[in-house]
Amino acid sequence: MSIERKGFRHLTEGSYPATRVVGKSVDKVDGYALVSGAPMYTDDIAARDFPNRLHGRILTSPIANGAIDSIDTSAAEALPGVRLILTWKNTPRTFYTTAGQGWPEPSPYDNQMFTERVRFVGDRVAAVFADSKDIAEQALRLVKVSFKEEPAVLDADDAMKPGAPIVHPEDPKGAYDSAHNIAAHVDINVGDVDKALAESEVTISETFQTHYAQHTPMETHTAFAYTDDMGKIVIVSSTQVPWHARRIVSRVLDIPMSKLRVVKPRIGGGYGTKQEILIDDLVAYGTIKTGLPCEIELTRKEEFVSARTRHPMKIDMSIGCDKQGHFRALKMYVLSNTGAYGSHSLTVMSNTGSKTLPLYNKATDVRFFGDAVYTNLPVSGAYRGYGATQGYAALECTIDDLAAKLGMDPIELRKKNMIRVGEGSPIFEALGEGRQGVAQTIKSSSLPTLLDLGAEAIGWQEKRGKRTRNGHKVRGVGMSMHMQGSGIPLIDMASASIKLNEDGSYFLTMGATDIGTGSDTILSQMAAEVLGVTMDKISALSSDTDLTPFDVGAYASSTTFVSGGAVVKAAKAVRNQVFAVAAEMLHEDLDANLVTAEPKVEWDNTQADPILSFYRMEDGNVVSVRSGKKVSVSDIAYRAYYEVNQRQIATTQSFVSPYSPPPFAAHFVEIEVDELTGKVEVLKYVAAVDCGVPINPDLVRGQIMGAVANGIGFALTEEYHFGSHGNMTNSSLFDYKILSRRDMPPTEVILVDTYEPTGPWGAKSVAEIGINGAIPAIGNAIFDATGIRLHRTPYTPERVLAALRSKSA
Amino acid sequence: MTISIMVNTVERSFDVQPDEVLLDVLRREGYLEVKGSCHSGDCGACTVLLDGRPVASCLILSAKADGHAVTTVRGIGDQAHPHIIQESFVKNGAVQCGYCVPGAITSAKALLDENPDPTEEEIRLAMDSNYCRCTGYEQQVEAVLDAAAQLRKGDKK
Repeated sequence: MSIERKGFRHLTEGSYPATRVVGKSVDKVDGYALVSGAPMYTDDIAARDFPNRLHGRILTSPIANGAIDSIDTSAAEALPGVRLILTWKNTPRTFYTTAGQGWPEPSPYDNQMFTERVRFVGDRVAAVFADSKDIAEQALRLVKVSFKEEPAVLDADDAMKPGAPIVHPEDPKGAYDSAHNIAAHVDINVGDVDKALAESEVTISETFQTHYAQHTPMETHTAFAYTDDMGKIVIVSSTQVPWHARRIVSRVLDIPMSKLRVVKPRIGGGYGTKQEILIDDLVAYGTIKTGLPCEIELTRKEEFVSARTRHPMKIDMSIGCDKQGHFRALKMYVLSNTGAYGSHSLTVMSNTGSKTLPLYNKATDVRFFGDAVYTNLPVSGAYRGYGATQGYAALECTIDDLAAKLGMDPIELRKKNMIRVGEGSPIFEALGEGRQGVAQTIKSSSLPTLLDLGAEAIGWQEKRGKRTRNGHKVRGVGMSMHMQGSGIPLIDMASASIKLNEDGSYFLTMGATDIGTGSDTILSQMAAEVLGVTMDKISALSSDTDLTPFDVGAYASSTTFVSGGAVVKAAKAVRNQVFAVAAEMLHEDLDANLVTAEPKVEWDNTQADPILSFYRMEDGNVVSVRSGKKVSVSDIAYRAYYEVNQRQIATTQSFVSPYSPPPFAAHFVEIEVDELTGKVEVLKYVAAVDCGVPINPDLVRGQIMGAVANGIGFALTEEYHFGSHGNMTNSSLFDYKILSRRDMPPTEVILVDTYEPTGPWGAKSVAEIGINGAIPAIGNAIFDATGIRLHRTPYTPERVLAALRSKSA
Repeated sequence: MTISIMVNTVERSFDVQPDEVLLDVLRREGYLEVKGSCHSGDCGACTVLLDGRPVASCLILSAKADGHAVTTVRGIGDQAHPHIIQESFVKNGAVQCGYCVPGAITSAKALLDENPDPTEEEIRLAMDSNYCRCTGYEQQVEAVLDAAAQLRKGDKK
């Protein structure tokens, strides 16, 4: 396999079973609906089906820290058209976390629907439901709140200092040490890192600071609720985690799950921010209280100020090695700013180490430790990369500085120390997501090739260290290397159901939550491949807590690998049931154990599926391997449903894996620094990636391109600016600059795929890894061009210029 | 006040408030293919054609469209009869979450109506105000180049 066109190369390493549907860039199953603007997003459905719904708006705190002295809603309530006003006085007081994660929940229970305290500018104070958005907006202005303002913690560095204001005096359950503003703490040791550092011939220690940034999905958080004819509360929500949303809302509002349903329609982008239960509780409660459908659509400003952000981190990174560059010690300390609530505080911080340090498994002595601290600033949460992005910013820049110190080529230094096929790392086992991890051995990796092809594509040999100058502009090249995971091993569980229709088509329902990634498409491809049919024979429905089986949701780069595993198992199980009827019709023997045995994802990857020596699927028919006879699947369905030994041909299968095979990547960039203005321009970007078998190469390319675009924005332009009291001052897409079409540099994606034996059809994940490269690769390129090492992100003209001036001074 | 707008070649009249923007009126009247996002003219999701020119419908007062023609993405093509640009977006993997896509396709249509053979740079310029957070833009640009080539071929027939 080798595809080459401008901006995209797809090469292959290793041998593959032949496939018909998997590995092909088939049309996205929802593609034609989306390009014609079909009303499929949450607000579209609300507008179409519930024109008389109530509209909700949220009153947010103008101060960073303090108590609500009094709150008077009478004037607002008197406004015609106002139906309901919610405050801490008339809402459930359950403590919970807004983080939509598995159970038991690893984030502290530091949140209530409303509280008497406010903890950041943007915190919830009240919510209004009214007949129109305008009335709700007017009503917000009539709610009279008097605050008793208190000193605030506006810098993570101050949070643990003696005498610092305490963000959560109520000492929430699950917070590590709220008396010192520590939401979460982690400390894992392998060997004796301080001794190893002291004994190392060469050491380096640096500190990096990353910044507040946001996902900015084009569709803001939107949800509505209504009561169905049987009295059930139905929440339609732009969520990445329908089951976690149902579980959390059920607990907060004390509604039995039998009376609560969460439906996920099409989602206008998530990138992690919709792994958070931000408005689902409000619309459900509004509907319970008013009996009317209630909707909330966050404004863009609310999305910036009150939704979720990326944890800013200050990272101390130390490496010890010998003079030849063989790593011995890796020490990483993280101070993570979780903002006013501890959403994902422990797990994001854990990933900062667990998804980065195993990449350099030659180090024998490793310590990863950190504190996630509360501040009176916007709330951090899950964001594509999930802590690894910040970890790589520190690790990959420090490695380049170490290479300079050793007088070595940065690529050579990485090659000496990187993890290879057949190897593991003690970190995999020592550190999981907020708890102990699971030992892993790398079974597939094309990382050496990725480094070589990436270097070639950027022109590393010709350009590195040359500092080509054009007037006041100087060029440089830089690179970085990465791994991520494929779901959380032994934690993430997905399930899928498949049933056969009489015409030989199949209905696939799954909990896997397509948020725009194309998971409905690639999971249908996997099913079609197993079942020997074309894509039009698979009808897919994803994510409805009543209608589809369970899935943890769309996060942790889990869908392709974990949900894919469930779909492959379900397809194999339903296929085996079809084989059993075929055997009856052909009067052939088939061992019932082969039919009922739990199928394995790995079958046909590394070992033959035993049942395939009796029957196989071919173009909608079952073919007997022994007799060569054929019977159509449609005939099988008619017989099974209407004629003989009648039964439903259907199955539900689940998948949980002890493996989380990492995808790998090498990013390369060429930049030009304008020494007069400090502006950094990216001239070319190369992302070389191994994600196992790409189930749909065009969609894989899109995942990488989107992540790279977001990564470059994070590295160069995207940044929260704050006023004196922790108020964000650039909360619009005009003032917060994401990359536009003209800003996006020429970018080449090079896929060098491998066959991952534990993955569905050889696949690993790809969603997150692409966002991790831009900060270190561009930072390293700036270093190459100018000799300046920037320790704070983003690399804005102001910062670059200041560094250039202090260097020449 | 009552206004008349030719929406997707159909003459319609709407009762609107003087301060209502076109986006809100279109969505209220069932043109849900027009998506709202920033409501401040920054992102391009709500782009429609006003007499053939792309505008951010969140910034245009609906009264300004009185007596004019508005084309939404559904007026360009629908699922049963997709326009070549729409088909090309699907075929080139240019759609992920799809929320920006109606606006992006509408801008692309305006460009190709005026310039049937645009360069890559002209495409990026014409669609620069259409933000997309999913795709990194490249496949969308390729989709427009591809559609332009197909449309030119069609013209020659």
